[in-house]
Amino acid sequence: MDLYTIIFYLFAVITLGAASIVVFSRNIVRAAFALLFAFFGVAGIYVFLLADFIAVTQLLIYVGGIMVLILFGVMLTNRQINVDAKTGTVQTLPAVFITAALAGTLVGIFWSADWKVSANMSTADKTAPQIGELLLTKYLLPFEVASVVLLVALIGAAMIARREKKP
Amino acid sequence: MQELLTYLQHPGLSHFLILSGLLFSLGLFAVLTRRNAIMVLMGIELILNAANINFVAFSRYVTTTLDGHVVAVFVIILAAAEAAIALAIILNIYQNFNTVNIDEINQLKD
Repeated sequence: MDLYTIIFYLFAVITLGAASIVVFSRNIVRAAFALLFAFFGVAGIYVFLLADFIAVTQLLIYVGGIMVLILFGVMLTNRQINVDAKTGTVQTLPAVFITAALAGTLVGIFWSADWKVSANMSTADKTAPQIGELLLTKYLLPFEVASVVLLVALIGAAMIARREKKP
Repeated sequence: MQELLTYLQHPGLSHFLILSGLLFSLGLFAVLTRRNAIMVLMGIELILNAANINFVAFSRYVTTTLDGHVVAVFVIILAAAEAAIALAIILNIYQNFNTVNIDEINQLKD
């Protein structure tokens, strides 16, 4: 059991434990903060996969951006006077069966499949230059479309969330 | 048993895939059972993260190119846009219905 293995399981336990708190916690604020640790654990997993750029992007966008958005959503949509941050669940029993069956199937397939692991694994020490080059050559059109999508999403979100005056 | 222990001691491609499969199932459970729309959104974020782990893991172990990383970047971009739009919609629903429990929102117009 070397250090690599131990740290891998540490990040895996952080990710899955925090995700379990997100899923099973009754308190929505606690779930939101557990989601922060789940994203952080996933960023650590990216570092293990030699994806430094993705790991930093995960920290910046998920932990820095989406988490703040979700916390704003939690705070703006819970009644502040009778503090009721608890949320219920519906149709728990069928969902348990479906999810357990899906998880068993996925884990079984992933465990038993004979993956064709490449002999010369990619060991690029810096991924950011190569990702930048790919974005501006092979993936130029999706890159431009993504920028337009972000602009439209920004304007659309501002339009939808604006409080309209009742006539 | 010995086989399982040996398997657990050498993290490889399938370990990352199993991790992402479990994360996906947890996210799906949140989407299926939660009443609060924001909790459903959190479940969707977990599902997107699980998919991203798969992309990056295959890019690391199976191919020698970084196409998986580029797809992961696009997934992160779309997740950001989706979170912004979904929260705007949820805020609007809250102003109209005074609740964000998705089983109580069953009318197009109040």
